[in-house]
Amino acid sequence: MELTKQEQAMLDGKEGYAVRKSMEILVALGEIFGAKNLIDVGSVQVAGVSYHNLGDAGLEFLNSLAEDGRVKVLTTLNPAGMDLENWQQLGIEPEFAEKQNLVIDAFQRMGILVSCTCTPYLIGNLPIYGEHLAWSESSAVTFANSVLGAKTNREGGPSALAAAFVGKTPCYGLHLEENRMADIHVKVNAELGKLSDWGALGYAIGKKAENKIPYITNIKNAQLDELKSFCASSVTYGAKPLFYIKGITPGAELQKQPDQIVTIEQADLKNAYDNINDDVSDIDFVCVGCPHCSIKEIQEIAELLMGKKVKEGTELWVATSRTVKQLSDKRGYTVTIEAAGGKFACDTCMAVAPLKGRFKALATTSAKGCFYSRQNLMKTKMGSMKECINAAVSGKWN
Amino acid sequence: MELKGRIIYKGKIQGQALVTSMPISFYGGVDPNTGIVLEKGHELQGQSIKDKILVFPQGKGSTVGSYTLYRMKKNGTAPSALINKETETIIAVGAIISEIPCIDKLDITKFKTGDKVTIENDTAIIT
Repeated sequence: MELTKQEQAMLDGKEGYAVRKSMEILVALGEIFGAKNLIDVGSVQVAGVSYHNLGDAGLEFLNSLAEDGRVKVLTTLNPAGMDLENWQQLGIEPEFAEKQNLVIDAFQRMGILVSCTCTPYLIGNLPIYGEHLAWSESSAVTFANSVLGAKTNREGGPSALAAAFVGKTPCYGLHLEENRMADIHVKVNAELGKLSDWGALGYAIGKKAENKIPYITNIKNAQLDELKSFCASSVTYGAKPLFYIKGITPGAELQKQPDQIVTIEQADLKNAYDNINDDVSDIDFVCVGCPHCSIKEIQEIAELLMGKKVKEGTELWVATSRTVKQLSDKRGYTVTIEAAGGKFACDTCMAVAPLKGRFKALATTSAKGCFYSRQNLMKTKMGSMKECINAAVSGKWN
Repeated sequence: MELKGRIIYKGKIQGQALVTSMPISFYGGVDPNTGIVLEKGHELQGQSIKDKILVFPQGKGSTVGSYTLYRMKKNGTAPSALINKETETIIAVGAIISEIPCIDKLDITKFKTGDKVTIENDTAIIT
């Protein structure tokens, strides 16, 4: 890989330990993936924030970087293992909270905005069309590439941090135009109604377009929350973190329709639901907000919960970013949801919180949420916001 | 025998080879406190990789594996060097942050467990 004089100086340690380590990582990855050079990134989104995944080894490494490492570009974090303020109410152990706070402190010292969310684009880390990024979280990477038309690979935690300290990333993969061409045509003949249908669609496309870039046709319209859900699902279930929807996402008009074609029929969506849904009727955990809820979704939850109570023995979590929660506070949605017995889970989510063994059966709007909750040994049900809130109120899935 | 590869993390070291034809998951697959391979059904299950020149095709599994290597280095249970058929992201990042010499892109079938191996920059010498 060719380095500029300034990059070589960083590799030689002229800017200290964190920058030298970062350059070593970026150069090694660049060599492995055949990059010719480094390119500037507009922003970074770092995964590997939950102490549950990092452990003491990860914490130690972050502390060593925090000694002299300061980020050069706008950098935000993925969800942590707990709500950073409200962790006690969510049943997190104090020992875990103490370690999680040490992780956050290390990131804080690096100059990172310690807003922990998988929807950075909803809270001020909003890339523009064509901008190069180093983002980690798979649904956010997919959203940035597909809905916004920015360019990023799926970075691991350390490689994203390295990009933040250097302000650059090796130019390979989805940074290059020739690797962003759609290679499978997906015609959607199924009707898309409720929000979870988009999760089911992502499942179906993920399986049929495994490791491919889909060019999706025959979808008439789409809303932000639907695309947010679809991004999370398609990449979780196997597609590359980039797709085009004709008439809806940017750059679709520049694509040549691929010759290979698959169709998605109503039966494919039903099959997705059948695979995601377990045979269970008693629900003890309802979690919405994977990816993190938008203010519009929180409004819908508040309206559905008005004058109702969450069933005793069932927990309802609304996962969102702290910034969106502040909007919810102002609109009065928070009061309504909490009065009904619902709990806010800011800065965290069901995929990264230490939930193994705590709950038996989950109801959610999210196909991705079901995937990760099964690893936490829960049975899963996926449905609309209304079906999920009904489950929270009745303790049953109907 | 002298084999030339590609440097992932530079170093000079001598040691005893421990060889497997199976990829290794450091996160969950190796005990960072002892260096013993835990993965069920793995060729190296029950063996310690501590202070060995570990020869394996590549890493697999969770990206947290990079941090596991770092923890092993701190614990004194890490391999002394890594030789891969083709290093991927998890091992590359792990080797760099832990400062464990690592080379790849050489014929790993030439190595046998117990061989005395010297690594010097991009070259592995079996004696």
